[in-house]
Amino acid sequence: MEALSSLHKEAIREFLYKMADDQLILGHRNSEWTGLGPLLEEDIAFSSMAQDKLGHALALYTILHEHLGEKDPDTIAFTRNERELRCCHLVEYPIGGYDFSLTRHFLFDTAEHLRFEMLAGSAFEPLAQVARKIKGEIKYHVLHAQTWMKQLGSATEESKARMQSALNETMPLALGIFEASPFEAELAEHNIFAGEHELRNRWLEVIAPTVADAGLVLPDIDALTPAYGGRQGYHTEYLQPLLTEMTEVFRIDPTVEW
Amino acid sequence: MYGGGYIYDKSSPAEQHQDDPAKLAEFEAKIDRGEKIEPHDWMPRDYRKQLIRMIEQHAHSEIIGALPEGTWITRAPGFRRKLALMAKVQDEVGHGQLLYNAAETLGKPREEMINDLLSGKSKYSNVFNYPAKTWGDTAVIAWLIDAAAIVNQVTNSKGSYGPYCRALERICQEESFHLKYGHDTVVYLATGTPTQRAMVQEALTRWWPPIMHFFGPPDKVSVHTEKLMRWKVKLASNDDMRQQFLNMYVPKIWELGLTLPDPNLRKNDETGQWEYTEPDWDEFFRVINGEGPCNAERLAVRNAAEENGRWVRRALMKPVGQYTQPLC
Repeated sequence: MEALSSLHKEAIREFLYKMADDQLILGHRNSEWTGLGPLLEEDIAFSSMAQDKLGHALALYTILHEHLGEKDPDTIAFTRNERELRCCHLVEYPIGGYDFSLTRHFLFDTAEHLRFEMLAGSAFEPLAQVARKIKGEIKYHVLHAQTWMKQLGSATEESKARMQSALNETMPLALGIFEASPFEAELAEHNIFAGEHELRNRWLEVIAPTVADAGLVLPDIDALTPAYGGRQGYHTEYLQPLLTEMTEVFRIDPTVEW
Repeated sequence: MYGGGYIYDKSSPAEQHQDDPAKLAEFEAKIDRGEKIEPHDWMPRDYRKQLIRMIEQHAHSEIIGALPEGTWITRAPGFRRKLALMAKVQDEVGHGQLLYNAAETLGKPREEMINDLLSGKSKYSNVFNYPAKTWGDTAVIAWLIDAAAIVNQVTNSKGSYGPYCRALERICQEESFHLKYGHDTVVYLATGTPTQRAMVQEALTRWWPPIMHFFGPPDKVSVHTEKLMRWKVKLASNDDMRQQFLNMYVPKIWELGLTLPDPNLRKNDETGQWEYTEPDWDEFFRVINGEGPCNAERLAVRNAAEENGRWVRRALMKPVGQYTQPLC
């Protein structure tokens, strides 16, 4: 691959970090369902998705390490402080009820599936390769989410009400996924990524019919305030306790093998 | 993982059901020929009852066992351990699912089994009533509790009830990966820094009594196994399985330079048997009966999960409905 200019490098670095951090934190959250799911089959499903997300985070951190001179994946995942993380607020929230976790899974994974579809043709080849693998896995996550959204959105009065409330609560957070980076033009110009705005438009086209099929009402997007800040390192109060817990053992001695 | 077949139903002779002698003889002949009993075959009432009890307790042990280890998924150090632990605990939940299915073939629905778990009527392996205090505990559990479970399950997989044997065969294959993961984690700690070494040594010392309890009380006080042995519900005595475990794992533990908190633990070269101090069996029965350090917590967590998930399960019973305008 041709040598990367420093601006070009900075753009890719920022882009990879935010995607990897999203995967790491949501993978962590999904894993919290282990042993606590509403039925055993969903315990198992959320664990599978959590493992995939951790695997995706690892693949993206590995690109940062191998192509952009960052430290090894364990070090960058387990030793950066809160302000250095670039995840969006949506992934930071506690698992809440199954309604919240499922809606988050639906909204986030739909966006991720489209993102990695776009990235499968990226001019940054290491990322394109990883994206082609990841999009195949996320396809199943999206199918899982759609099946459950439709079932719960139109079963009992309680499930309908819960899913609608969860959707209303989650949408502004989900819009935070698409917070623009300072490098949007740079990434588009070099055919690395067509941009968050483009992704957001595609996402809205895909989620709208599923939400309608589920018998739910999509909140008026224009009236919502997206939860921005995560991509700049400003996080919710939920992130620091998560990091403290995640690094509890690793911090005892970050220099040794565990 | 699973805690041995030690919690058998104490049915009194007065409750003993008299089975049709001809059918019973045919059933026993079938077992003697080494054939499997399948769900639609005739079986003695006691056989069905003991198997339901045993498989159900095994299933409960899997899902309750996911709790102490599950709390360490979010704290596992580094990607490799985190991914492995997630996959391991997921397997355990999957084993629960497989075993509930196997028990259902005997006529008891999953919901009823879970209700019996929550009400305390049905037990699960005693070891899960102890806390996993540090990362060292998870390593010891994944290695030695899973190793003990394999000893038990490989034995039980030679039993007479087809669906249970088939479930156990698959479970044992997966458990053998858990054991490798657990051993690898213990080796890293035991050969690591003094802090890491202390962590795993303390965990081992803490877990030794529950590990010794794992296979159940000594044969001399363990009751009503003769009929169960004849029916191949139980295939080895508690002491036999404990000996087998000690023989396989104590040398491996000592090899790592770790110590065990029993000065009398040694292999008698003449008899080939391991000698040890009997663990506190009063404690064992106290913990089974609800007085262990974590009984209340485990059931409270399971209860909360059941309660929080109820609306989801209800929604699954309803077909997807479309609103229809009333005709009026």
